[in-house]
Amino acid sequence: MRFDRRKDLLGLRDITREEIEVILGTAIPMKDIIRRDVKKVPALRGKGVITVFYENSTRTRTSFELAGKYLSADTSNLAVSTSSVQKGESLKDTIKTIEMMGPDVLVMRHSCSGAPHYVARNTTMRVINAGDGINEHPTQALLDMYSIRERKGTLEGLKVAIVGDILHSRVARSNIFGLSKFGCELRVIGPSTLIPPGIDKLGVKAYANLESGLKGVDVINVLRIQKERQHGALFPSIDEYRELYMIRPEHLALAADDAIVLHPGPMNRGIEISTELAESPRCIVNEQVSNGVAVRMAILYLMLGGGRDEIAG
Amino acid sequence: MKFREKALIMDEAAIRRALTRIAHEINEANKGVEEVALVGIRRRGGPLAHQLASQIENIEGIKPPVGVLDITLYRDDLTTLGPAPIVHRTEVDFDVTGKIIVLVDDVIFTGRTARAALDALMDLGRPKRIQLAVLIDRGHRELPIKPDFVGKNVPTSREEIVSVCVEEIDGENKVIIEEVIE
Repeated sequence: MRFDRRKDLLGLRDITREEIEVILGTAIPMKDIIRRDVKKVPALRGKGVITVFYENSTRTRTSFELAGKYLSADTSNLAVSTSSVQKGESLKDTIKTIEMMGPDVLVMRHSCSGAPHYVARNTTMRVINAGDGINEHPTQALLDMYSIRERKGTLEGLKVAIVGDILHSRVARSNIFGLSKFGCELRVIGPSTLIPPGIDKLGVKAYANLESGLKGVDVINVLRIQKERQHGALFPSIDEYRELYMIRPEHLALAADDAIVLHPGPMNRGIEISTELAESPRCIVNEQVSNGVAVRMAILYLMLGGGRDEIAG
Repeated sequence: MKFREKALIMDEAAIRRALTRIAHEINEANKGVEEVALVGIRRRGGPLAHQLASQIENIEGIKPPVGVLDITLYRDDLTTLGPAPIVHRTEVDFDVTGKIIVLVDDVIFTGRTARAALDALMDLGRPKRIQLAVLIDRGHRELPIKPDFVGKNVPTSREEIVSVCVEEIDGENKVIIEEVIE
């Protein structure tokens, strides 16, 4: 099973460990390119990448655009807020219109879980899920896995804690699907109202208490408190969340000796992560951003770099 | 596909003699090796570049720096192949700008690999001069590219396969001609 035989990248739930290894391995030489003076290779010359984000995001979109440009693909963005979507055009019609303009891959974010899957079934373009509702955000999880592996040398058997609003987090879900394929011991930590019921069925242990959840972990992945998704008053107040769940430097003493802290960004300093910890060398959030470009280059290359005739569908 | 060995073209001693001669030629052509660096083209150009650097050291007492170039992202046949080929790292730890770079590969055939290597190298900097050293020139060029240093010219048919084996990858040093049997 080779990664480049699949048409789309929609999530990590249905992808094999071997495919993930090919992506992470390919991202290593891609990262070398980002560090060069001449940040361009001709591999995807003549290929078109279009980004369509139905939810606001600048970093993920820019990361995909630069990844495409560094590989010589032509990248463009459909600005949803100023497009016909605002005039009432359906998703299917918008996608068909884009398809007829000829790009090879559609990078898509949508607030509805499953929207990229629906689109993928209705277009000849390859589709990369850049985040769908509360379902998956596969490229974020892949860059997290790359960053962890780069620092720790391996993913095998690591203890990883994900802290925050697990219920609404597509980042958490993709991380769980991905890391569990590498034998990681997974924990989620957060208010019980923000832990999805039945998460233990994924082999994940849930903790309501931050201190007990962090004991002995190698990796702490701190999620952003997404104020835009807190409609139902699932925790009493931001102040209480800060009191109980904000990660501070002293928490590192509970974790393994060389534990690292990840954050998908943008950080709410002083809510889920303290400024002191955000600035600490143990927090690799900046490295994650560089790695994100490298991982997206790897994905674009693996999807578009070969001939089209061997795609299974 | 299965292959059958048709003929042994070079054994270990023959390869060593050829590399010794190329080492002398590189030294002579560049009036010394002070500015010379070797860059092997993955995969078998890498070990050959290291062997060549040792030969140069034996002659001149100076071991030129050695790097390895992965040309996958520069190939002109990417979209005509099947799946995207695996990309490996380019490991050139020295600045190529101002240096005389000798590209090293095992076999030159169509010349397309050498073309890709030239582009890949140029993206790393601006060498003073680029030369090409190959162990085997088997003809059938499709581009106007000619190696500067050749271990052995081997006339072949297009259907034949020239395989260079190097100890670091294949466990022995030899050059053979193979043909497809099924």
